[in-house]
Amino acid sequence: MAAAAMAQKVLVPCSSSSSCGKVQFSPSRVHTQAIAFGGELSQSSSRKNKSLALKAVAGETSAPVTAKSGHEILLFDALREGLEEEMARDPTVCVMGEDVGHYGGSYKVTKGLAEKFGDLRVLDTPICENSFTGMGIGAAMTGLRTVVEGMNMGFLLLAYNQISNNAGMLHYTSGGQFKIPVVIRGPGGVGKQLGAEHSQRLESYFQSVPGLQMVACSTPYNAKGLMKAAIRSDNPVILYEHVLLYNLKERIPDEEYVLCLEEAELVRPGKDITILTYSRMRHFVLQAAKTLVERGYDPEIIDIRSLKPFDLFTIGNSIKKTHKVLIVEECMRTGGIGASLRAAIVDNFWDFLDGRPECLSSQDVPTPYAATLEDATVVQPAQIIVKVEQMLQGLI
Amino acid sequence: MAASSLASRAVASLSPSISTGASRDDAGSSSVVGFHKRSSAFTGRRVRISSGHGSSAAHGRRSCVVAATAAPVKESPPKIADALVTREEGLELYEDMILGRCFEDMCAQMYYRSKMFGFVHLYNGQEAVSTGFVKALKKDDYICSTYRDHVHALSKGVPARQVMSELFGKATGCCRGQGGSMHMFSKEHRLLGGFAFIGEGIPVATGAAFNTKYSREVLKDLSVDAVTLAFFGDGTCNNGQFFECLNMAALWKLPIVYVVENNLWAIGMDHFRATSVPEIWKKGEAFGMPGVHVDGMDVLKVREVAKEAIARARRGDGPTLVECETYRYRGHSLADPDELRKPEQKNKYAVRDPIAAFKKYLLENGLASEADLKAIEKKIDEIVEDAVEFADASPLPPRSQLLENVFADPRGFGIGPDGKYRCEDPAFTAGTAEV
Repeated sequence: MAAAAMAQKVLVPCSSSSSCGKVQFSPSRVHTQAIAFGGELSQSSSRKNKSLALKAVAGETSAPVTAKSGHEILLFDALREGLEEEMARDPTVCVMGEDVGHYGGSYKVTKGLAEKFGDLRVLDTPICENSFTGMGIGAAMTGLRTVVEGMNMGFLLLAYNQISNNAGMLHYTSGGQFKIPVVIRGPGGVGKQLGAEHSQRLESYFQSVPGLQMVACSTPYNAKGLMKAAIRSDNPVILYEHVLLYNLKERIPDEEYVLCLEEAELVRPGKDITILTYSRMRHFVLQAAKTLVERGYDPEIIDIRSLKPFDLFTIGNSIKKTHKVLIVEECMRTGGIGASLRAAIVDNFWDFLDGRPECLSSQDVPTPYAATLEDATVVQPAQIIVKVEQMLQGLI
Repeated sequence: MAASSLASRAVASLSPSISTGASRDDAGSSSVVGFHKRSSAFTGRRVRISSGHGSSAAHGRRSCVVAATAAPVKESPPKIADALVTREEGLELYEDMILGRCFEDMCAQMYYRSKMFGFVHLYNGQEAVSTGFVKALKKDDYICSTYRDHVHALSKGVPARQVMSELFGKATGCCRGQGGSMHMFSKEHRLLGGFAFIGEGIPVATGAAFNTKYSREVLKDLSVDAVTLAFFGDGTCNNGQFFECLNMAALWKLPIVYVVENNLWAIGMDHFRATSVPEIWKKGEAFGMPGVHVDGMDVLKVREVAKEAIARARRGDGPTLVECETYRYRGHSLADPDELRKPEQKNKYAVRDPIAAFKKYLLENGLASEADLKAIEKKIDEIVEDAVEFADASPLPPRSQLLENVFADPRGFGIGPDGKYRCEDPAFTAGTAEV
């Protein structure tokens, strides 16, 4: 992979059937040189003609250029659109979970699908997460492509046996004979006073399971694209949605698009510091960035999207440019995605760092019910501003 | 007795010759309650020999000489035996059971010679269940097992060589050496595993059955009529996944048969110490499916029940729960000292060895000769010896195989700038083959 010139744009299709196209830069092999950006910014998505928002304004970041093309949609509906398109395209795609059928899904992600595709394709299961997840896995082993919904991601703790032992491991222990093209999805994260058990971050519990891929969506655009990509993937994929993001509105393209499961999303280019985040924290970071930009800082914000595997290519390119990294996540401090990401960054990009990679995480506390306490367990935009300023002023 | 009325209701659709509603008494043999005929496979039916007594008695005794009024009727082989199995079928069943027994005995030898390691759970004594059920299946049908899966794999058609290689951890094993004793899989032979945790295979089997229903009703492919068998033990029947799947299978009438291999012991836990209602077959009724109890040491009885349950599933009438009363002659695993089981119980079941019983049956009913059976035993000996030689000679998996099957799509490890696979940590993948 030779790249004589830096900043050389190459349109490279993903080498798979998921047909996502992306604009890329061939990497420079000279460590000490920062990668220069050309006039058009690198964007690891299929939106070839858009220009990125240069202002960090929450909610406007991923809109395509022409304001009148595409259609406005809420996030839960974007997920539904992606699911519906995949079900129409491939008759082996089916959904199973509690209240996904007649009820339309407790967050309306499967609204209308049972009427359209029938009760067997959108299967209302009894309340037995371990067994219906296992059933979804068995069906996937024998030829279907199942989408298993956990009404809340926390409920999937009951399905841990099946997710770890069967979804994650069967392809391996069978010596590659059986593939498990299952998508396990549902809302997680801290909501509005939902109580401890409904406010869990399962990504930190599942991240160690070998054989699983994990992605987190954060906008209607990437929600639909990741849903489609996850369904088309032959790997078992866990798609993390956030309980408070379902009503996020955005204009998304009318034409079909599929995103790349393993790629991170460059939300805002910058040169001062790399901020890595995902899911709801992306919006907190963007909110904090408004203030930071006003104060003259230039943060580069990356929504990592792919929680496992990390897109170390995109992340690395950014770190090579800024030399400072802050991770903002909703997981607990102990054993979360941030903890793993820090380790990966230290291992791979130590030479490019000016200081230790910082991480803002939630407190190691069961999420309290009281609003004030709940707000204190998760990272708030004010804390992000303080942290970034400290890092950029060399105070830490 | 409540049990019998439950039994007769539950098995209304099943052939009356199947033993049902049996409760296990201390003697260990099933006493039959509340049905019509006893399956005569091994006991035979008494044939009356006419001696003329009856007629002279009716008229009073006129003479003190008993005169035969008809030629003595020779005791012929019971007619029902011919209906149960043909010579070909009989030999097939016998060969399969011998293969299972011989293979497992060889496993024990190889384990103690340090050719295989870890947890190895042998099936000695339970052969009738595997043979009786799996040989009633078609090639397209699925089976799903537990850690005691070697013989299920063999019965389903996985070559002995591949199973032995897998046990030796060689690259030629059915799972490339990556699964081991407790994880036998075969896509070709529709063996869905091999699971180490009890109960976790039952939902997988239920999913395969769901696929059959889906293929027929959604994809409108009526050529798909695969039935799934889920094998598991008595200990599993106290596990949540068992009940959850019985519920779903009955709810959606999935084409599945749940086969309980009740060998009375879950490692060292006596079934009666662990289970509030020890009659597992009764639990089918709670979910609206027939619950059947069968003598799992009698391959013909098992086969009869199997055929009925499989046909029921294939028709679309839904699942069946079959409890096979059986026994394992060895410990739970090769590491189990097996100190808790009393010799009296072991002896009780030793005399009911399914292979010895079936051999006797074949010989007594003229379905095979000693020479036939000896030839089969010799053939199996050679197959198993050959499997060991093959496994011994096979190569160990190279280090490059380590990452190969973690993901069906290797981009799950991460992608490079060209969108192709590369693992995050180059040091870890040194020497990995191109995937």
